[in-house]
Amino acid sequence: MSPAHPPLVSVEDLTVEFSTRDGTVAAVRDVSFSLARGETLGIVGESGSGKSVTSFALMRILDGNGTIAHGELSYSGIDLRRATDRTMREVRGREISMIFQNPRSALNPIRKVGQQIEDVLSEHAVAVGATAKRRAIELLETVRIHDPEQRYHAYPHELSGGMCQRVVIALALACEPKVLIADEPTTGLDVTTQKAIVDMIRDLTVARGLSTILITHDLGLAASYCQRIIVMKTGEVIEQADVADLFASPRQAYTRALIEATPRRTATIRGLLPPDDPRRNETDPKPPQAPTGTPPLLSVEGLTKVFPAATPASWLPWRRKVDGAEGFKAVDGISFTIAPGESVGLVGESGCGKSTTSMMIMRLLDPTEGSITLDGAEISQVPAARFARHPLRGKLQFVFQDATDSLNPRFTAARCIADPLMRLSDLRGSGAIRTRVEELADQVGLPRNLLQRFPHQLSGGQKARVGIARAIALNPTLLILDEPTAALDVSVQAVVLNLLADLRADLGMSYLFVSHDLNVVNLLCERVLVMRAGQIIEEGPTNQVMRAPQMDYTRQLLESSPEPPPSLRTEKVIV
Amino acid sequence: MTEAAAPVEASSVKTTARPGGHLVYVLTENPVSIVAIIGFAVIVFAAVFGPIIAPYDPLATNASISLQPPSWSHWFGTDQLGRDVFSRVLAAARLDLMISVAAVTLSFFVGAAIGTSAGYFGGWVDRISGRVIDTIMAFPLFVLAMGIVAAMGNTVENIIYATAIINVPFYARVARAEAAIHRHAGFVQAAKLSGNSDLLILAIHVFPNALPPMAVQASLNMGWAILNAAGLSFIGLGVRPPTPEWGIMVAEGANFIVSGEWWLAIFPGLALMLTVFTFNLLGDALRDIIDPRRRT
Repeated sequence: MSPAHPPLVSVEDLTVEFSTRDGTVAAVRDVSFSLARGETLGIVGESGSGKSVTSFALMRILDGNGTIAHGELSYSGIDLRRATDRTMREVRGREISMIFQNPRSALNPIRKVGQQIEDVLSEHAVAVGATAKRRAIELLETVRIHDPEQRYHAYPHELSGGMCQRVVIALALACEPKVLIADEPTTGLDVTTQKAIVDMIRDLTVARGLSTILITHDLGLAASYCQRIIVMKTGEVIEQADVADLFASPRQAYTRALIEATPRRTATIRGLLPPDDPRRNETDPKPPQAPTGTPPLLSVEGLTKVFPAATPASWLPWRRKVDGAEGFKAVDGISFTIAPGESVGLVGESGCGKSTTSMMIMRLLDPTEGSITLDGAEISQVPAARFARHPLRGKLQFVFQDATDSLNPRFTAARCIADPLMRLSDLRGSGAIRTRVEELADQVGLPRNLLQRFPHQLSGGQKARVGIARAIALNPTLLILDEPTAALDVSVQAVVLNLLADLRADLGMSYLFVSHDLNVVNLLCERVLVMRAGQIIEEGPTNQVMRAPQMDYTRQLLESSPEPPPSLRTEKVIV
Repeated sequence: MTEAAAPVEASSVKTTARPGGHLVYVLTENPVSIVAIIGFAVIVFAAVFGPIIAPYDPLATNASISLQPPSWSHWFGTDQLGRDVFSRVLAAARLDLMISVAAVTLSFFVGAAIGTSAGYFGGWVDRISGRVIDTIMAFPLFVLAMGIVAAMGNTVENIIYATAIINVPFYARVARAEAAIHRHAGFVQAAKLSGNSDLLILAIHVFPNALPPMAVQASLNMGWAILNAAGLSFIGLGVRPPTPEWGIMVAEGANFIVSGEWWLAIFPGLALMLTVFTFNLLGDALRDIIDPRRRT
């Protein structure tokens, strides 16, 4: 940012207001920043920080009830705030382009991806006809899609999430914009895909001299790819600094807390908590160790699940054999054990069969083959449909990935937590159940006055607590956690991980922690299983697998998860 | 988009904390819903108190004042037997509303039971109930209702059953779609983990979540059910004279339009039209009130 080159994009004192029925709410207040030519700028913040609204304002695509209250927006001399809609149409796509969070919803499901790229080209009168087609194939090649001529004819549903995001990037680059805004471009993608996509965006940025704004909640990702980072909180810019400076000496307490809360290889669970939390200085809670030689709590033997082929077998008896294809083997003969009180991580990319495995152990899905033994009792033979009344039902419980989806929208928090108690416990009468619900709320740190609220009136962290309280209500011996923190902000994730560690130490439960994030697994689990294509390819103590992975795939997973540079304070701890 | 949603979420928390706040908001935002609610109140009032407040006995004949045009003493005029048309229109509200409420309630619950189990269980339950419903839908519905009443006998109960049967498919389809959406939702899985049987899950987890669209459907359907009952009476099935009923009154009055006595058919027809219109408006208002997505 030398004075000779004026910034390409500059935002000064931007305030965006939304008119809601309770009056106007300022989602963004007095935000100023600039973007130089060829620079990659990260905007980092937790949900509700106004980072997306800022970029929407820049593109002038705010929702109907949002207005730019004051401030100046300019792009290479064009006043974006006062530009006519016609000018803005030219600017969008041609000068500034945007990549959205969910690639699948950004693509038209009933048009071939190649045609969609052509549409953009002809819309901006860049190319038409055969030229446009050639250009579209070139673009698909640029975003490293194999066999672009073939893929030109693919529909979005025929492509994986990562491929769709590549197509969206090709769309964004179609008219050779100068600025690329990427709004959480890798949310919902696996770590390895995330790395491939962001690497590609970086390479394209360098090759084409693009300026990029990367909007993300992941400090590690921003640190690995950006030169400068803006930290936002509740609509305001908290801190703005070069990456090295930001991590070496964060000036604001909030930034420091955010850095500390991001799981790293060297982190401890307590260390994730904000600096003013008194528990920070404690050592991590230690779960009670079962004496060696105790029989395992859960043992899984040769577990297999085959899903029938997508086209169902014909109902005509003589055609049944021909049509009944092999089907898809989601889980392929896996075996493992979990000791009482032990916490085991199950790691792998999406589609590797980890969710199917957890559903089978949870007895929501019937295995094709294999045995599941809990506490010495074989449970795989009880049909899933009848397991609801099985005596071991309460001993096996589950914490869902999406807390919002797992709570009945018409039940209050108290009713959600009481549900398993009403069905499976010996407690009778509303008084006894209420007492237990309040006890559980205290255990998971949910304020009692929130118990009468409905899920939509609770925050993400509070909903996660309700889900955990419901899962532990029946004193389970094994709790399966399916990425319980994936949808949460890092600061909330820190608190929830601590809660889970405390609960395990207090109640002596075993955990099977399903995740794609090895850094999080490392914090909570003693042992880790790495799954790929339905098989367990590596297992061992977590720190050993993290330090010296045996398989290439594990190494690749480890390298893909972005690691923020260690902050000064953590380094001091190490010294 | 999460950013944009955050302030909205905060505001909805505030509003729902104040009971009735959302109702007041919807009514002030859309004055048409006030009209709908006032109209509904008038209809219910007429149905409950109609026979009491009617100025004349709706069945009392008086040949000396037959076929008089509307006047101060007979607001809607008198019919060929000298009965007061205004009193008859008022008195008919109760019967027409009763038929439609009973029919809609019946089809609501039968349709909900069929639809939610079809959507939740899928497989054979879905296929069989789906084909049965398709078969009902394959008939011209009014003709089917005529056939049912003609076959089962000309009574008010049979009009109710016939109207209910031809309405069941609409409720079953709405309920099936909703149940199929919620079938794989996390909260249904969680309910299984909590030890709920399938029937309990259907009754207390799936059905209540299918209620909002079904309630809207019921309200929109109410006007249609009234029209259907009146239509059956119009062609001579179901309610029989001299019982005051809008459909018969229109049918009987239609003979007199040619000779210039328009008030016999127009006023019951207007009552019918305004009632159906009110229920349609009420459906829109209800959707605004109970659809959570409107809470922004």
